[in-house]
Amino acid sequence: MTKYLKTIPDRCNGCNLCMSVCSQLYFKEDNPELSCIKITAIDETFDMNVCDQCGTCVDECPTLALSINKKGVIMLNKNLCIGCYACVAVCPTNSMRYFQGLTVPFKCIACGACAKECPEKALEIVEEE
Amino acid sequence: MSETNKKHDIQALKARHKLLNECQYEIKPIEKGYTNRTLYVNISTNEIKEKPVTREMKEKFTGGKGFDLKLMWDAVKDDTRWNDPENEINIATGPIGGNTNYPGSGKSIVTSISPITGIPIDSNVGGYFGPYLKFSGFDALEIQGKAANDIIIFIDGNKGLVQILEAPGEAVDTHILSEQLVEMFAEKEIEKQHISSVSAGTGSEHAYIGCLNFSFYDKRRKVPRLKQAGRGGIGTVFRDKKIKALVVKYSGVKGNSNRPVDLDKLQRTGLKLHNEIMERDDQMCRMRKLGTANLVDVMNEYDLLPTMNYKFGSHEQAKNLSADVFYEQYLTHNVPDGCWYGCTMACSHAADNFKLETGPYKGEIVTVDGPEYETVAGVGSNVGIFDPRTVLEINFYCDTYGLDTISFGTMTAFIMECWEKGYLDIEKTGGLEFTWGNSGNVLELLHQISRGEGFGLIAGKGIRWMKDYFETHFGADRKMMADIGMETKGLEYSEYVSKESLAQQGGFGLALKGPQHDEAWLIFMDMVNNQIPTFEDKAEALHYFPMFRTWFGLQGLCKLPWNDIEPAGNAETDEPNKVPEHVQNYVDIFNAITGQSIDKHELILQSERVYNFQKAFNLRLGHGKRKDDDIPYRSAGPVTVEEYESRQERYDQQLKEKLDIEPEGKSTEEKLKILREFRESEYEHLRDAAYKRKGWTREGIPTLEHLKKIGMDLPEVIEVVKKHL
Repeated sequence: MTKYLKTIPDRCNGCNLCMSVCSQLYFKEDNPELSCIKITAIDETFDMNVCDQCGTCVDECPTLALSINKKGVIMLNKNLCIGCYACVAVCPTNSMRYFQGLTVPFKCIACGACAKECPEKALEIVEEE
Repeated sequence: MSETNKKHDIQALKARHKLLNECQYEIKPIEKGYTNRTLYVNISTNEIKEKPVTREMKEKFTGGKGFDLKLMWDAVKDDTRWNDPENEINIATGPIGGNTNYPGSGKSIVTSISPITGIPIDSNVGGYFGPYLKFSGFDALEIQGKAANDIIIFIDGNKGLVQILEAPGEAVDTHILSEQLVEMFAEKEIEKQHISSVSAGTGSEHAYIGCLNFSFYDKRRKVPRLKQAGRGGIGTVFRDKKIKALVVKYSGVKGNSNRPVDLDKLQRTGLKLHNEIMERDDQMCRMRKLGTANLVDVMNEYDLLPTMNYKFGSHEQAKNLSADVFYEQYLTHNVPDGCWYGCTMACSHAADNFKLETGPYKGEIVTVDGPEYETVAGVGSNVGIFDPRTVLEINFYCDTYGLDTISFGTMTAFIMECWEKGYLDIEKTGGLEFTWGNSGNVLELLHQISRGEGFGLIAGKGIRWMKDYFETHFGADRKMMADIGMETKGLEYSEYVSKESLAQQGGFGLALKGPQHDEAWLIFMDMVNNQIPTFEDKAEALHYFPMFRTWFGLQGLCKLPWNDIEPAGNAETDEPNKVPEHVQNYVDIFNAITGQSIDKHELILQSERVYNFQKAFNLRLGHGKRKDDDIPYRSAGPVTVEEYESRQERYDQQLKEKLDIEPEGKSTEEKLKILREFRESEYEHLRDAAYKRKGWTREGIPTLEHLKKIGMDLPEVIEVVKKHL
């Protein structure tokens, strides 16, 4: 099973509310650099970058701090993480995040908080067998 | 009781332990990469104490090998030999060591006075021990004395506890012992990754070429994996001291465990290199897939792969030893194989489910770490073995017996050529035949060394010792053995044919510890890329690269991420062979951790201080002069008619082009003689130029002016050096 946050860039209006919701939920701070989802304006459109739970990082992690849960979501065990950021480098979609001052990376866990708030329905949680 | 506990009966082993001494120490935070103290353990008296690391010690010796050598200098006498109780085994990482951000940052550097060279040997090794030692509270571990019975030294970095335990029950061979230690000192499964051990093996008890195995627990394979501090016989010293194992336990490694001044800079620099490796390794050395064995095909192609005791540089069967063969047939794929956290170069591959076919562990299914390039070349092509399975079996037994694969390969190659020349026969070897490629007898030799029997007792003493023995007891030709016995200073050569690279001949001959390529590996820039054509260019390379590479040993770094991966655009830089962007990375991460503000020139200066100190150490112990840098002629050119004629076109052309001598009409013997005189004089010229560039006299002695200039005019150093000026 895989559970992930699906993006529909055609609908995105670039309001960046998703980034605010995400960073406030996990870091108690409205800071796009601390959001698991990243919206970037490219000309008239918007690139929506977020983890698709592909699992490449799980195979790279030297301490098994990254694992796939029952729902197919990749979770980081911060107690096991030694902050090497190999996962950041290996991520094929550049969706594993790091931020100055943090000693561990962070990523989307498909919680759906941003999808609930998105005014254009450009985000949705998908569960696939 | 778990399966492994049953297998090893850990409780029974622990019940036989006797606590000889223990000491609680205060746990203190690391400051900018340093703990500012070292741990001294005397296993004759069971004394355990801390020693402070002074500001001067950091300024002059930086860390790692510098600290090891400084502690050893203060501990030994001018006439100390390897098996004297005052000889030490010192282990340190360095200020950069243990960071998880920059690939290749988990090295330990081990030093001791070597049984085969009589001077300090240093060996750079992966595994978790050095970083865990530092995070436990110590910049270095200094072990002196000799125990009465087998002991384990245990350091618990989270409890602040050091123990010396008499340990009669555990195995000596490392593949068993390292498992026992993980089971013994980890209270639950998750703690296994927090254990790292150092151990040797039964081979180390009977040979001068003993190595140390440093462990790192592989959570995926669920076995302790091993890296070797191979060179110079430190395993021999270890077992002579009756040390069975060193064990450190530490949990809590994080990205900021070194308490760096600028974590962000450290992380960003590390991430930059991670990205480079991910993007470019597949097109460059394929370390992530194949490891260092990727070099086998390259060396074979350029006629640099040692074959039949360095007679030749390539062989038609060498394709059987290609890294791709090991990858396809033996190695486990797609596992992150770093020997320290955060190394995405991840070259430490392993063959799992390997069934042993010989020796005391015949029939066992084991994990074989490696094979590294040096092992494939040493125990493979150099002895005429081209069967990859046999190479893995020898690799396994060398490791578990605690024997250096490089010295074992090179000395076996020497034995085989002595056999070929008729210096040895079945009577002299006690029944072993040493024809090229005789894998059964090579393995039996290895088992004999482990058991301390027969010809194994002779072979295990190394080439220098064998040359004397074969001359005295078997009447072997001394002069020929001097030419074909590939050792300098007593240390066996590592696995590169240096005949066509004058700079590499200097790289081997001038290396302070003996002919190991980690001091200067100049073959490619010299003979393939032709980047250092003149004597002065070569001399400059023999100054810069040994200094730059020494720095890895001061910091706890691995050399591989320096130039086995290169950034895009490196070829267009002014000095592509230095990889300028990576040099700057090293400057940046050193400054980010320590808060200092060195530049690339001060980086070299840090090395020069320790390098010249090590040179003075050699002098102090009665070596370190020009004659000690002599090399066997096979390192410089063809010794025999067979060798000359195998590359006749090349050598004839050199006679014409370099000496203006017409080879037509001359016998091979005449041409050999002319070529030899030329090449030997070239080596002397190179030596002169290199010594001068290093700030040494023609005799290879550092001048007082030079020592003052680099800030290494310490009274104890001056006192030693001035005796030779």
